[in-house]
Amino acid sequence: MSDVDLAIIGAGPAGMAAAVEARLQGLSVLVVDENAAPGGQVFRAAEACAPDPAVGPDIMPGLPLIAAFRACGADYRAATTLWHLDPEEGLLSLAAGGATETVTARRILLATGAQERPVPMPGWTLPGVMGAGAAQILLKTAGAVPAGPTVLAGQGPLVWLLAVQLARAGASPLVLETRTVSIAAALAKAGGGLWAGRALLAKGLSLMTEARRRGVRVICDVRGLRAEGGTRVERVVWDGGSAPCDTLLLHEGVIPSTHVSRAIGLDHAWDAGQACWRPVTDDVGATSAARVAVAGDGAGIGGWQAAAAAGRLAALDAARRLGALSEDGFARAVAAPRADRRAALALRPFLDALYAPPAAILTPPDETVACRCEEVTAGAIRRAAALGATGPNQMKAYLRCGMGPCQGRLCAPTVAALIAEVRGLAPGEVPPLRPRAPYKPITVGMLAAGAESLQQRGP
Amino acid sequence: MFRARPEVRPATVEVFVEGSPVLVPEGATAAAAVLLAGLPAIRETPVTGSPRLPLCQMGVCFDCLAEIDGIPNRQACMVTVAPGMRIARQHGAREALR
Repeated sequence: MSDVDLAIIGAGPAGMAAAVEARLQGLSVLVVDENAAPGGQVFRAAEACAPDPAVGPDIMPGLPLIAAFRACGADYRAATTLWHLDPEEGLLSLAAGGATETVTARRILLATGAQERPVPMPGWTLPGVMGAGAAQILLKTAGAVPAGPTVLAGQGPLVWLLAVQLARAGASPLVLETRTVSIAAALAKAGGGLWAGRALLAKGLSLMTEARRRGVRVICDVRGLRAEGGTRVERVVWDGGSAPCDTLLLHEGVIPSTHVSRAIGLDHAWDAGQACWRPVTDDVGATSAARVAVAGDGAGIGGWQAAAAAGRLAALDAARRLGALSEDGFARAVAAPRADRRAALALRPFLDALYAPPAAILTPPDETVACRCEEVTAGAIRRAAALGATGPNQMKAYLRCGMGPCQGRLCAPTVAALIAEVRGLAPGEVPPLRPRAPYKPITVGMLAAGAESLQQRGP
Repeated sequence: MFRARPEVRPATVEVFVEGSPVLVPEGATAAAAVLLAGLPAIRETPVTGSPRLPLCQMGVCFDCLAEIDGIPNRQACMVTVAPGMRIARQHGAREALR
């Protein structure tokens, strides 16, 4: 007898929408999320920061979904970490407030969202260098902004959004755009998505207009970017230019957060358009593991509206599989979220083509630190690959990259890309790193106490 | 360096960063408190001892590992501040026995 019908990992748009839909279908739902409040990263701390004029206008669209989620009757566990998952038994090991707990679920939905693509470049380990998403999280959770000269370098929708938000907050950055693909070349790959995606396109254009109106300085076609300084970043240097800098914010798009989906051994496929691995799913999120589904950006980057639609689809599929929804009822219910998702994804081929990450970020120069935890350079990884390390799993034994505290979350994409480069393989031909539990550190004391409670629970 | 914007998010929670009191807004993380306190680094790496500050703020990079309320190796970006919280830098590898 399972504790709940559906366990959802992540309370971002996909997880929240799935919880609301599953509750409507009468399922018992547990939602586990690492953050203190629901919203995921896109709507991080939305309830608290909605009155802030710097981020309020962009966060408002998330408030109705958060309110519906709060009211839906799911067992919502904030500030709770999933540190192990047994997909066959439906067994989840959770950690919160210094204690562990084991919960069983008939069906599991991974809605773990996205992480920023690592941006390895010379000097990126210097204090003062951080992700653009990181600065946005500081703005949303604490209202904090960089105090000194700030450079925002990279490309993608978030660059424009954050530039505007920082400017509204009185901390206008210098934007260095690294885009290498022309708009004409991206349009050629856009298919028919521009018209269907016009609302999103209009939002992007209005951000660019607002950035210009607020006096954000933008330098385009930036190449050869690096951070320089002694004990922290002091300046940013690129081919043909440099600028003083106290905070350098990097962004080359986002990739699915696949740490858990890879750890439990789901089938994954290389997504050439987004240059990342994603779990293989059907159109309602079902995976190669019978009990497990994936929805939202964790299954491929699509943005929050596509994620919410995918969450609803996965919840409806869970209800069907658990006998709470008939085949006819399912067929009727999926039509609307399928249409929503199709509309939300219309502009994606254009965005993916326009903001394709440059080669220098995927396979950085030799002197660049690729693994920040173990401080392994791209050059060392290239040499180990030439010696015979055939994949990220083998590379652990050569150089320890992937064995530091981040467990390869940040270096694995770079390590795999460097191996592919040296061995003359396509990126998808180098299998991804297989992470191991615990997915996040727990103390020995928590582990021991958890084992005792498991014994008391009995078979 | 980062600065707060008290006009929109009043700093009401007192925490101790390296023993010094710092007021931060409710909902901020321990990593944010370290940045607002202006520390030059939150930790030094075990391999080369190089200084680091938080990179990702979303639980991915582990560059914000710190000692929080006496427990080392905690992701400061994943811990929300509470009144009286003590946040300390971490030097190199954590000690195995304390």
